[in-house]
Amino acid sequence: MRLSPDEVIYWQHGLFKINATLAFTWGLMIVLAVGSKLVTRHLSAGLSRSRWQNLLEIIVIAIEKQIEDVGLRHPRRYLAFLGTLFLFIAVASLCTVLPGYKPPTGSLSTTAALALCVFVAVPLFGIRRQGLFRYLASYTHPTVIMLPFNIIGDLSRTLALAVRLFGNIMSEEMIVGILLTITPFLFPIVMTVLGLLTGMVQAYIFSILAAVYIAAATQIHKPRRTAAPAPASNRET
Amino acid sequence: MLIDWFTVGAQALNFLILVGLMQRFLYKPILRAIDAREKRVAMVLAEAEMKKAEAIKERDEFNGRNAAFDQQRASLMSRMTGEVASERLRLLDEARQAVDAWSAKRMEAVRNDACQLSQAISRRAQQEVFAIVRKTLGDLAAASLEERMADVFVRQLRALTEKEKEGLKSAFSGAPGPVIVRSAFDLPAAQRAAIEGVAAELMAVATPVRFETAPDLVSGIELIASGQKIAWNIAAYLLSLEKGVGELIEAGGQPEAGSESKAVGLCPEQ
Repeated sequence: MRLSPDEVIYWQHGLFKINATLAFTWGLMIVLAVGSKLVTRHLSAGLSRSRWQNLLEIIVIAIEKQIEDVGLRHPRRYLAFLGTLFLFIAVASLCTVLPGYKPPTGSLSTTAALALCVFVAVPLFGIRRQGLFRYLASYTHPTVIMLPFNIIGDLSRTLALAVRLFGNIMSEEMIVGILLTITPFLFPIVMTVLGLLTGMVQAYIFSILAAVYIAAATQIHKPRRTAAPAPASNRET
Repeated sequence: MLIDWFTVGAQALNFLILVGLMQRFLYKPILRAIDAREKRVAMVLAEAEMKKAEAIKERDEFNGRNAAFDQQRASLMSRMTGEVASERLRLLDEARQAVDAWSAKRMEAVRNDACQLSQAISRRAQQEVFAIVRKTLGDLAAASLEERMADVFVRQLRALTEKEKEGLKSAFSGAPGPVIVRSAFDLPAAQRAAIEGVAAELMAVATPVRFETAPDLVSGIELIASGQKIAWNIAAYLLSLEKGVGELIEAGGQPEAGSESKAVGLCPEQ
């Protein structure tokens, strides 16, 4: 049994290779991009609209609302990154009902790549929001002693992101594979349905954690005052 | 090895490409459509609010006009009621006056009718009496009534006292015109001569006498000069006859007869 779809290699030339992870990722990208293009070709700005447009609007508005609830006051700035994270992981998990499909998120390479993207995006959003000096200064917050701990925290949370998603998806795949060999009929189907749920939960967790990290990075630390603390709405201006 | 770094790099690149694709094909168009719809809904809501405000304003204006109209109608009704009441009183007064006038006119007409009837009766009685007397006198004295009346008139003129004669003389002496003798019939030549003689005696001068016939004067002879008149007639006799006839009609007991007899007594002078 293969633990990762990376091990399924369709073509290789030196360092370059096309494995199942990349192939299914491209497939998902095509599905998402072409599906979005097909639906948004004839968008209606009126009150009557197609059910597919309705579905996409519901999804986009829900993601935007979740980002705002996390604490980011301008959710549309982060919608493309965080929304794509959620949609990619969610669609990758939903497609597990297709026979022969290997979710790319079951590859540690994919989850590590996503975690690395988050790892890079968080300081980029933070620097864009606060400026380089203030962002770097935030690592010494509240004291300089916290600098190594903050750096270690960033690295460890990136690792945790990658391993958490990989472990959940891979373990669900492993459990279904093992159950197929033991109880080949009904129970694997139940586990697959349960896997859909856990896949959605993982997509939610991954994107929400990324949003929280970005929110923490874009939070502007104001100097302490002796008076009453500033209201919560002034966290980000 | 669970991590293939080439795959990690490729997946990172794939993810960034996917972010770009989704931004282009999903988020931007969907958000643009949502914004356009929200803007349109906001416009519709604003328009609805504006129309609602206008409707409220028009409703208030309508209510105000209604109140003013009701007030105006009430005042007009009150004024019209007063005018109708006064007009009713005026018309009633007019009607009452018209009825009174008509009643008075009717009473006058009845009175005139009664008077004319009374006069007709009187004339008829006079004529009858005159005819009876003339016939009787003619039968008894073989002389006509006219002769007898002229004789009586002449005799009465001669039987006047001296004082009365002086008064007549002084009254007739300044007469500018002739003495007029009026009678209901043509007097015979003998009576005319007798009357001219008496007139000459009374005025002590020869005065021309002109004889006139007046059919209405059925009851005697009149001598007129200088606005003064000496007459003999049977009016006194006829008045007593008329009184007797009236009492006879009243004794009839009928209301109409009673009113007519009363009207006879109120007969205006002709």
